[in-house]
Amino acid sequence: MVTLDARIPDGPINEKWESHRFNMRLVNPANKRRFTVIMIGSGLAGASGAASLAELGYNVKVFTYHDSPRRAHSIAAQGGINAAKNYQNDGDSVFRLFYDTIKGGDFRSREANVHRLAELSVNIIDQCVAQGVPFAREYGGLLDNRSFGGVQVSRTFYARGQTGQQLLLGAYSTLMRQVGLGTVELFPRQEMLDVVTVDGRAAGVVVRDLVTGEVSSHAAHAVVLATGGYGNVYYLSTNAKKSNATAAWRAHKRGALFANPCYTQIHPTCIPASDDFQSKLTLMSESLRNDGRIWVPKDPADTRPPNQIPEADRDYYLERMYPSFGNLVPRDVASRAAKRQVDQGRGVGPKRNGVYLDFAEAIQRLGRKEVEERYGNLFEMYDRITDEDPYETPMRIYPAIHYTMGGLWVDYNLMSSIPGVFVAGEANFSDHGANRLGASALMQGLADGYFILPYTVGDYLAGLLGQKAPGTDHPAFVEARKGVEEQTRRFLSIKGTKSPDHFHRELGKIMWEQAGMERSKAGLEQALRDIPALRADFDRDLRILGTGDSLNDSLEKAGRVADFFELGELLIRDALHREESCGGHLRIESQTEDGEAMRDDEHFSYVGAWEWTGDGQPQALHKEALTFENIHVAQRSYK
Amino acid sequence: MDLTLKVWRQDGPQARGRFETYPVQGISADMSFLEMLDIVNERLITEGVEPIQFEHDCREGICGSCGVMINGKAHGGHERTATCQLHMRTFKDGDTIVVEPWRAGAFPVIRDLVVNRSALDRIIEVGGFISVNTGSAPEANMLPIPKEVSDAAMDAAECIGCGACVAACPNGAAQLFTSAKLQHLNLLPQGQAERWQRTVAMVEKMEEYFGGCTNHGECQVACPKGISIDFISYMNRDFIKGKSLNRRLGGQGLAK
Repeated sequence: MVTLDARIPDGPINEKWESHRFNMRLVNPANKRRFTVIMIGSGLAGASGAASLAELGYNVKVFTYHDSPRRAHSIAAQGGINAAKNYQNDGDSVFRLFYDTIKGGDFRSREANVHRLAELSVNIIDQCVAQGVPFAREYGGLLDNRSFGGVQVSRTFYARGQTGQQLLLGAYSTLMRQVGLGTVELFPRQEMLDVVTVDGRAAGVVVRDLVTGEVSSHAAHAVVLATGGYGNVYYLSTNAKKSNATAAWRAHKRGALFANPCYTQIHPTCIPASDDFQSKLTLMSESLRNDGRIWVPKDPADTRPPNQIPEADRDYYLERMYPSFGNLVPRDVASRAAKRQVDQGRGVGPKRNGVYLDFAEAIQRLGRKEVEERYGNLFEMYDRITDEDPYETPMRIYPAIHYTMGGLWVDYNLMSSIPGVFVAGEANFSDHGANRLGASALMQGLADGYFILPYTVGDYLAGLLGQKAPGTDHPAFVEARKGVEEQTRRFLSIKGTKSPDHFHRELGKIMWEQAGMERSKAGLEQALRDIPALRADFDRDLRILGTGDSLNDSLEKAGRVADFFELGELLIRDALHREESCGGHLRIESQTEDGEAMRDDEHFSYVGAWEWTGDGQPQALHKEALTFENIHVAQRSYK
Repeated sequence: MDLTLKVWRQDGPQARGRFETYPVQGISADMSFLEMLDIVNERLITEGVEPIQFEHDCREGICGSCGVMINGKAHGGHERTATCQLHMRTFKDGDTIVVEPWRAGAFPVIRDLVVNRSALDRIIEVGGFISVNTGSAPEANMLPIPKEVSDAAMDAAECIGCGACVAACPNGAAQLFTSAKLQHLNLLPQGQAERWQRTVAMVEKMEEYFGGCTNHGECQVACPKGISIDFISYMNRDFIKGKSLNRRLGGQGLAK
């Protein structure tokens, strides 16, 4: 029986981390050498965590399915990273960042974790600057900030439109330094396919070499999963193509609880799909909404080119519905409104799957030069993808899945419900509640890796002193290896007619339709019938060509898609049970008279953590109650 | 549009490679090059032919995973464009497109269009960092850095490590990659302490794997981030200084 103990330290909110750091056990330098820690993933959380643990003297093994750690998907983050430095003297503080994050998360995250995140944010910037991350600067040579995502202070640090890239290259450089020093052993092109536990504790992992197909075991005293989010369960998302949930899902099946899977984030300003073979969606910075006006033709039958549609025949629906916030309503409100327009047949573009984002007025007001100054690179990117010039014709935009707040359940120490298995970055559920603020993902990944894991993993290892870790000849390893090999054999032996991509696309359609921005009981129940049917077809009709002992992209995908089926089903189940609208999602049955999201704090102010109970059985729900002692809980309004 | 694809197929590192010809029909001009390959692969799977293996991930030009020679040019030869950012509208109906893996001695083929670029990581691990342990960093605004300097460092830091510079170089040299990595750090005040040893270590490691630079300049043209070969001159300057001067006794004078 699982008991959910978040192990939140006692004391006032601003002293919890400080006192916890003092109370955690230390491992002396000579003993650190005796411990091995496995890191799965090399993104912001993984690279920073692995490097920091290795600096302390632990033996670290890093596994990534990429050819180089530098390719992890953190690299694609554009906007920036928040920190409560208050360099702008505009009233920012640790408490304000904490407050904004809890409120942005729609009161569905843990106060203690979020406060710690806000405290550590300032150290992250120091660390990154010392590594040589070339953040944007003012002419006086000091760091520049911009405002981001609806908050009222400027606390976002950035490096052109490539902040994620520069932060990851910083973390990667510190990781490679440790590789050079021999304290980190790097295993590229290796995919983790199982976590091994012995006596209920982490004992190691089983990985598959993607080039040779060889399945091998690695023993360790602790395993950290820093494997990112599961946005690709929707097939079309802004995530990289290889981003997947397999490592997290295998841990879930070995006993790690999966929390709040239905909390996924939708980004309103992406480029709509151009055809059925669209492989991913491209995000454009939300800052576009600062000057662009969103509209659709009033008449769904109006097929005139946008420039020929007179003002009187246009519906600037956000300005009409939300007069005070207009085009700057939060991500979820803007996304939902766009979906409604498209669902009502008022979508624009060749596939009628977008809404216009028009800069004509801005160009008139500011001049083309100023618009170019502000958005030139985004316009160029849009033009390159769509072959349409946004200076001449309005952009077309549509929401897309962007980030997942849910993930493996962790306690205050970032340890999952399996002792010795830690989870960091987007892979855990801990800090963003039901909705993440812009520029906070990078902050969380690096806080976890640089400043939390080095302490909390050490505390766990201190308890293992003098105990010998089970070797890879232990029956638990043998069984796990067999399971992995058996799965490969099964996929290759089905010899059906359809590719893994086919099934992934079909699954994505179900997920987006029923568990996208708007969810209803009937739709979710429909999905619970559709997914198993598709899964049965997958098991019967999958076609994987080639062998299991050479580079085989379809074989890799098959394993990931199989896990997405199960995760997708759990996501639906979680969404079905949460009969409230919160964060990014509107539950049709829970809205105000004028169609706004309505949270239900009385019944749903908790973390929903699901326990795997065996193949074909529904997971069991455990609840961790959320209490708010430092923040007044309120309903959002943007009218 | 209808196209003919000639693709390099190679079953493994030791296997003999060959070109295979695949007719491709009904491609939309709005598709990306990699989506066109996705479609070809779907059809190959239907026909019982193993799909073409190629590297890709973010598909927005930042991860550096993708990269193939298209009609003999790295990433297809369009300015500041990685393979994933290339759209089919740049081709004409009826075109024949030749697709090959990166061609460089230091990048052995793993399978089909996938090559091993780990030599680039080897260069980084001997010096492509500033040695600062977690927790030991001073307050970020203690050290003002002129905006021009920071911007120049960022120009270098934009490198995505795709390897196009190596593939485009007749000598298979990695000077553009190495110099971008070096100058990102060498330009910044934080990077001064290790500047000379970093330069010597990375250049010498580079020479273990890659060919020599003879100023063809193909790398700069192929680079999807438009990184300038000026950085190579700075690297050469730093290398000579790092090699010829006594670092222990040179002190600040070495930096001038």
